[in-house]
Amino acid sequence: MKKLFVVTVLTLLFLILVYSVLEMPDFASLNSPAYNDLAHYYVANATEEAHATNVIAAIITDYRAFDTLGETTVLFASILAVTSVLMGKKHE
Amino acid sequence: MNDLIVKTIVRWVIPFIQLFGVYVVFYGHVSFGGGFSGGALIGASLILYAITFGLKASKKMVPHKRSQWMESLGILWYIALGLVGIYTSAYFLGNKAAGFYMGEAGQLLSAGIIPLLTIGIGVKVASTMITLFQKLVEENEDV
Amino acid sequence: MIQVFNFVLVIFLIICALAVQHTDDLVGSIIIFAAYSLIMAILWLLLAAPDIAMTEAAIGAGVTTILFLVVISRTRRMEK
Repeated sequence: MKKLFVVTVLTLLFLILVYSVLEMPDFASLNSPAYNDLAHYYVANATEEAHATNVIAAIITDYRAFDTLGETTVLFASILAVTSVLMGKKHE
Repeated sequence: MNDLIVKTIVRWVIPFIQLFGVYVVFYGHVSFGGGFSGGALIGASLILYAITFGLKASKKMVPHKRSQWMESLGILWYIALGLVGIYTSAYFLGNKAAGFYMGEAGQLLSAGIIPLLTIGIGVKVASTMITLFQKLVEENEDV
Repeated sequence: MIQVFNFVLVIFLIICALAVQHTDDLVGSIIIFAAYSLIMAILWLLLAAPDIAMTEAAIGAGVTTILFLVVISRTRRMEK
């Protein structure tokens, strides 16, 4: 009984997932929700505003520079964690 | 590792990897690439050196003190460049508004804050990679 | 043609991801993971993202593999 219930729920979940995958926009489609006004704005204005021909670099280090600061902080925190864990062993 | 062929090839290959890494960092705003890619390439070349010539040689090349400084300076450089924007009464990490030299798009000396930030990120990522490797290897040196 | 190539690569990616989980030998599983990263790098290149492809090839196939191997040399090799 329990097994039947689990199989039913998982099959339903599988069908829902397959349905949602089939509903997704096509590869590189113009109607995709990710291709919105913001993407148009970046492609049109990044070279003028940031003077960088690499639009990705302009986004990462100019428009979203604060996010990149966060990423750098994550790197710093990771190295801090590794160092503190492995240093603690030596001092015992 | 004590193998003549590997040592010779690595000795020849490492400068080219590092040159490519530095190119990717410096030309991040003109062609593809950027701080993370270039820093990862430089860090990978340092790790290659470490696994070929041993931990001792690697520690001689990048001592813990130096990597610590690089680590901290990378992120402090980033924040200092951001504070320049506040000093010139623009916003934090401002580029054109903060009055950096913009130049002509497509040149090496252009795009204001972007190449400077990229250099900081590259130094940070490279030193993180080599420090992580050295810390993990430190206690069993037979790798 | 490029669609077929893409399809083959994605199938191989899924096979690699399943094989990583089903391998008992952790060293073998790490090598399969490196192959996974390499295929992922080619896929990024096909998606017109050469910078991500470069990062994936350097970090995924190079550094992560070495770091995993170092960690395994400090613990034990087999899963059970």
